[in-house]
Amino acid sequence: MINSGAYIEHHMHHLQFNLATMSWGNGGFWTINVDSMIMSILMGLIFVLTFHVVTRKLSVDKPGKLQNFIEFLIEFIDGISRESFKAENKLIAPLALTIFVWVILMNVMDLLPVDLVPLLANMLGAGHYRAVPTADPNITFGMSLSVFVLMIFYNFKGKGLKGFTKELCVHPFGGFLAPLNIAFRILEDIVKPFSLSLRLFGNMFAGELIFIIIATMPWWIQFVLGVPWALFHILIILIQAFIFMMLTIVYLSMAYEKH
Amino acid sequence: MHNIVALTPTIFAMTAIAAALLIGMAGFGTAIGFGLLGGKYLEGVARQPELAAQLRGQFFLMAGFIDAFAAISIGMGLYLFFAGNPFVAALTTMAQATH
Repeated sequence: MINSGAYIEHHMHHLQFNLATMSWGNGGFWTINVDSMIMSILMGLIFVLTFHVVTRKLSVDKPGKLQNFIEFLIEFIDGISRESFKAENKLIAPLALTIFVWVILMNVMDLLPVDLVPLLANMLGAGHYRAVPTADPNITFGMSLSVFVLMIFYNFKGKGLKGFTKELCVHPFGGFLAPLNIAFRILEDIVKPFSLSLRLFGNMFAGELIFIIIATMPWWIQFVLGVPWALFHILIILIQAFIFMMLTIVYLSMAYEKH
Repeated sequence: MHNIVALTPTIFAMTAIAAALLIGMAGFGTAIGFGLLGGKYLEGVARQPELAAQLRGQFFLMAGFIDAFAAISIGMGLYLFFAGNPFVAALTTMAQATH
């Protein structure tokens, strides 16, 4: 039996690959977290393949349960994106659907027993393995930076170069304080991807950590503590995925619309 | 080496206080936030019951916002409590480097 501190430490390590020397281990900047990559790509594939299979077998007369569920999801996202993003746009609803389902699938890995996936990975020879991709800041920052790039793109697309420059210079305080306005705008826009990704990462990391801490306790108390936390965590998983999607739509619509 | 041994209990005590603050203040803030949020939600529903479904969605969204930072803070606090103390570990590595 190892002590709880070492157990938690062991569960906090990623399976890392050093791209500079092409060997396993931490290589500073040139490190890739293989476990997060595998899990997130796997979840993405599950999402895309499930939706693809269902759309190949569409049925009007006798829709299956899965088809009903997916139709419900699509209508739900469609309603929200129409409500929050007023302009006509082909990208927003698919983007929102992808983010929502993908983040949910990645978060759901938190509900698997904490030692299950690391155990399976151990059998394949990986010493460390973290199953929850969204508990890795690299994944959440990757997603929020993509949203950030889209935000800048939509600023130009919605307002044009002239309109965007004008908004940058005059927005909160008028044209006389243009440098101050630009400084505020830079701050405002840089905070967005940070808060977006840190919120998701922090929640999932904290959730995972609490599951791990529960796993270090005596066996007879695990059920009593683990089940309520898992039930509560289902709510957090859904809400965090929803918030990530909702804020993406809101940020993009703020970028797109003229003021 | 003597210094390290003398410092360790202090660091443990400080860490315990930090963890207590992290968990306690997060709980404090969330309690106030949820009180305001739930109260306003009930008020809104009492005034316009037909908006209840719409408000419930917004309520859960805001609950997620309130919960987010408290969950992070509590997670960090529990990490300091249960996992190996990172500050003592840092001190130990520092001591090993100097010797």
